[in-house]
Amino acid sequence: MDVAGIQTLSHDVVVIGAGGAGLRAAIECSALGLDTGLVTKSLLGKAHTVMAEGGMAAALGNVDPRDHWKIHFRDTMRGGKFLNVWRMAEIHAREAPERVQELEDWGAVFDRTRDGLISQRNFGGHRYPRLAHVGDRTGLEMIRTLQDHGVHQGFAVHMECTALQLLLDGGRVAGVAAYWRDSGRFVVLRCGAVILATGGAGRAWGVTSNSWEYTGDGLSMAYEAGAELMDLEFTQFHPTGMVWPLSVRGILVTEGVRGDGGVLLNSKGERFMFDRIPERFASETADSVEEADRWLAGASDARRPPELLTRDVVARAIMREVKEGRGSPHGGVLLDIASRREADFIRRKLPSMYHQFLELAEVDITKEPMEVGPTLHYFMGGIRVDADTQETCVGGLFACGECAAGLHGANRLGGNSLSDLIVFGQRAGRGAADYLRGLGATPHADDAQVRAAFRRATEPLHRESGENPYLLHEELQVLMDSQVGIVRTAAELEQGIERLERLAARVATVKARGASQYNPGWHEALSMGALIVVAEAVARAALVREESRGAHTRLDFEGERDEWLKYNVVVRRGADGAMQVRKVERPEPPAELARIARSGIEDLEREVAGEREGAPARSGQNG
Amino acid sequence: MAERRSFRIWRGSAEGGDFASYEVELDPGMVVLDALLRIQSREAPDLALRWNCKAGKCGSCSMEINGCPRLACMTRMNVFAPHESITVQPLKAFPVLRDLVTDLSWNFEQNRRIRPFKPKAKGADGRHRMYQEDVDRVQEFRKCIECFLCQDVCHVLRDREGQAAFVGPRFMIRLASLEMHPLDDDDRIPDVKNDLGSAMCNITRCCTDVCPEHIGITDNGIIPLKERIVDRYYDPLRMIAGRLFGRFGGG
Repeated sequence: MDVAGIQTLSHDVVVIGAGGAGLRAAIECSALGLDTGLVTKSLLGKAHTVMAEGGMAAALGNVDPRDHWKIHFRDTMRGGKFLNVWRMAEIHAREAPERVQELEDWGAVFDRTRDGLISQRNFGGHRYPRLAHVGDRTGLEMIRTLQDHGVHQGFAVHMECTALQLLLDGGRVAGVAAYWRDSGRFVVLRCGAVILATGGAGRAWGVTSNSWEYTGDGLSMAYEAGAELMDLEFTQFHPTGMVWPLSVRGILVTEGVRGDGGVLLNSKGERFMFDRIPERFASETADSVEEADRWLAGASDARRPPELLTRDVVARAIMREVKEGRGSPHGGVLLDIASRREADFIRRKLPSMYHQFLELAEVDITKEPMEVGPTLHYFMGGIRVDADTQETCVGGLFACGECAAGLHGANRLGGNSLSDLIVFGQRAGRGAADYLRGLGATPHADDAQVRAAFRRATEPLHRESGENPYLLHEELQVLMDSQVGIVRTAAELEQGIERLERLAARVATVKARGASQYNPGWHEALSMGALIVVAEAVARAALVREESRGAHTRLDFEGERDEWLKYNVVVRRGADGAMQVRKVERPEPPAELARIARSGIEDLEREVAGEREGAPARSGQNG
Repeated sequence: MAERRSFRIWRGSAEGGDFASYEVELDPGMVVLDALLRIQSREAPDLALRWNCKAGKCGSCSMEINGCPRLACMTRMNVFAPHESITVQPLKAFPVLRDLVTDLSWNFEQNRRIRPFKPKAKGADGRHRMYQEDVDRVQEFRKCIECFLCQDVCHVLRDREGQAAFVGPRFMIRLASLEMHPLDDDDRIPDVKNDLGSAMCNITRCCTDVCPEHIGITDNGIIPLKERIVDRYYDPLRMIAGRLFGRFGGG
C-alpha cells in the first residue's frame, strides 16, 4: 500500500464524534483559532445526543431560587456514591449554568417559567427542579443548537467518516486513520491533538437504549494508544426502558415521566418504591403516598417521592419486583402517569413519549400505564482524564462526554449527562489549545504505522471466508446480558470473561462480504473489534471490585465497603499486549469539597442562603 | 405465530440497480426497519441503509416504502394488509450512493446558507426573557428531526433546477423558526425572497402530509413567511413610499 497515494487532510486538532460533547469541543477549538476537523461516522445531527429526553442539570435557580452549585455538587457526589472525581464534580456544578445560558445565546428555545426564564424540572437525585428542558426532546434541542451554531464557526465537518485508529509519534498523538463510508476509501487525518467524544459501548448488551453507533470506538482506540480506562464496572441500567413489543425492547422512557408525577406500580397495584428507600436517602424522601402527593402539588415542606431515587436504586427495585413474581405481563413493572395528570398536560410535557408508545406499542399513555424495565443506558466509566483539561496520559489525546470517566462516579444522576457534554466539551477544546501552544515540532506518524492501520481494516474484506459479524454481535449481546448484567457474581463474571476470550478469537477471523463502498457489514466487522475490547474491560473491572456500589451490584459482595471507596479500577494495555486491571488509590478529597458533600442538607441550605444574602445579586448562582 | 413476508428492496448504486426479493420471518410488533435489519444480518450483509435511534427521534432511516416517504423505524409491519409484499427504495429527490442510502449533502449546504441566530441584548439583570406563549410556535418548528422527507416530496426539489432555486420546506421552517424567535435580532426576509426561493413553493402541502413530527410546515411556517414578504415588498403603500424614498424597493 502506497501511503503517498492515500488522501491526507491536515488539521491542528481532530474531534472524533459529533454529539453534544464533540460539537461543543469543536466550537471551542475554532473559537480559539485552531484549524479543526470534526469526524462523525453518521450524518451531522444524528448522534445519540438526540435521544436525550429529560433535560440538562444546572443550578440556575430559576424555579427554586434556593438552588446553588454547592447543592448540585453535593447531589452529584451522593448520586455517584462518593466515587466521583471530586474536582470534576465541582467544575461541572460550577460551570453548567453558564454553559446552558450560552446555548440560549446560540438560539436554543427552552421551555419557560412564568417569568420568561429557562424552566427547570425535577429529576431523580436532584434536590431542586434543576433540569433545563424542552418537553421531552432536550437532546435534539441541544444538538440542533450546537449544529446550527457550529456550521458557521469555520470547522470542517467530515460526515460518515469512521475513525479506525489513532496514529502516534513517540507516544504523542499525530493523527487518525479513518475511512469514508460512502466511497470506502481511506483518509489520513494528520493533527497535533485528538479529542475523543465517541460515547459509550451500550451495544455490547442486547437490552439497551443505545443506537448502533455505541460500539466503544473511542474507548478502544484510546486503550490501544496506551490510555487508561477507569470505572468501567459502573454501567448504568436506566430503570425505565420499553419492554414490549420485543422489537422496541430497551428504548428509553424518560425519567421526566416520574419527574412530572408518574408512579411505579407492581402487578398488585402497589407503589413498591416506598419499601426500597436506602438509609442514605431516607431523610430526604417521602415515606407516605400522602406526603409524595403533597410534594407533587408543590408543598415545599414535603419530601420527594421515592420514584425519584437514583437510577441504580430504582433499577434494582424493579428487578426485584419482577423476580419475586409481581411484574407486569411482559416482565417489567407499570409506570402510570395517566391517573396522575390530565391528558393535555401529558401530551404537552411528554410529547415524544406519547407518540413513541402510541405508534410503537399501541398504548395511549394518557389512558393506560406503560410497561417498563431496566435497559443498559450509560457508561459512567471511560477514558481516564485530567479533571481540568480532559487530557489523557497520552500526549495530545483528550476525551470528553460519555467516553470520559470521572464526573459520575458509581452512578450518574439523570440530567448530568447533557450538562457534562457542554461543560467538558468546552474544557477539552481549551485543553487541546493549551497543549498545542506548548507543542514544539508537529508530530508525524510514519508510513509503516499508517499502512498497518489500513491493512488491519481491510482484512475482514479480503479474507476468503469467516464468520458473520452480525451474528457474532448478537452472541456478544446475549453473553453480556446474562454474564455482565445488573447483578453480578464472581462465578458469572469469570465464565463471562472466558466466553469473551473465545468470542474475541472468532471476531479476529470475521468476514465482511461485499465491496468497501457503504458496506454496513464491513463496518460491523470493524466495530466488533472495539466492542469486544470494551466488553472484556467491563467484565474484568467488575470482577475486581468486590463490593456493591451504585450501578455495580455484586451478589457475592453485598453493600458498599468502605475500603473500596479508596480505589478506582483502572484498565490499560500492558507491554505484552495483555489487558491489565489494577486498583488505583484515590487522592484525598480537597477538604472544602469533602465538607460540602458531607454536609447535612439543612446546614448546607442555610450556608448558601447566608452567602446569597451577603453577596451581590446572582453571583452566588455561578460561584 | 411467525409470519413470513416478502420484500422487494432496491439494490444498486449511482450507475444503476434493480429490485431484489427477500423473504423474512416477522415477530409481533416489528417495524419495517426491524425487517430490513433482519434481512441484512441473515441474507444481505452489505445492504446499505441508514438508521440510528430506532425511535423516530433522529430522522436517519428515511426511505420510500410502498411509494410513500416514511421513517422505517416508525412504520409498523401491521399497517400493511396480510400477505401484501413491501417495496422499499431510496428517497427519489437525492442521488443514490448505494442501495437505500442517498447523498444528502445538498441539504447540509442549504443550512449553511441561512444566516445564524443573532441574539438581542440581554436585559438589565444579564438574562434573556421570553414567554412560553411566544415560543410555542418556534418550538413546533424546532421539533424537526431533519429526516428530509419533506424535501423528498417537494416537487420543486425533484430536479436540479429546482434545487438551485429553492431551499425546500425543511429550511423554510428553519427560517421561520429564526424569524419568529423572540430573541433573534436579524432580518432574513430579503434572503428568503431573493436568494432562498420562497416564491417557488406553491403550497401543495405535500411536505406537511409526510412530516413524521406533524409540524404544520405549510400553514404555520411557509405561508406566514410568504405573508411577511408580501407585507414588505408588495404592500401598495410601502411600494409608493419605496419609490418616493428609495427604501423597500425591488418589489
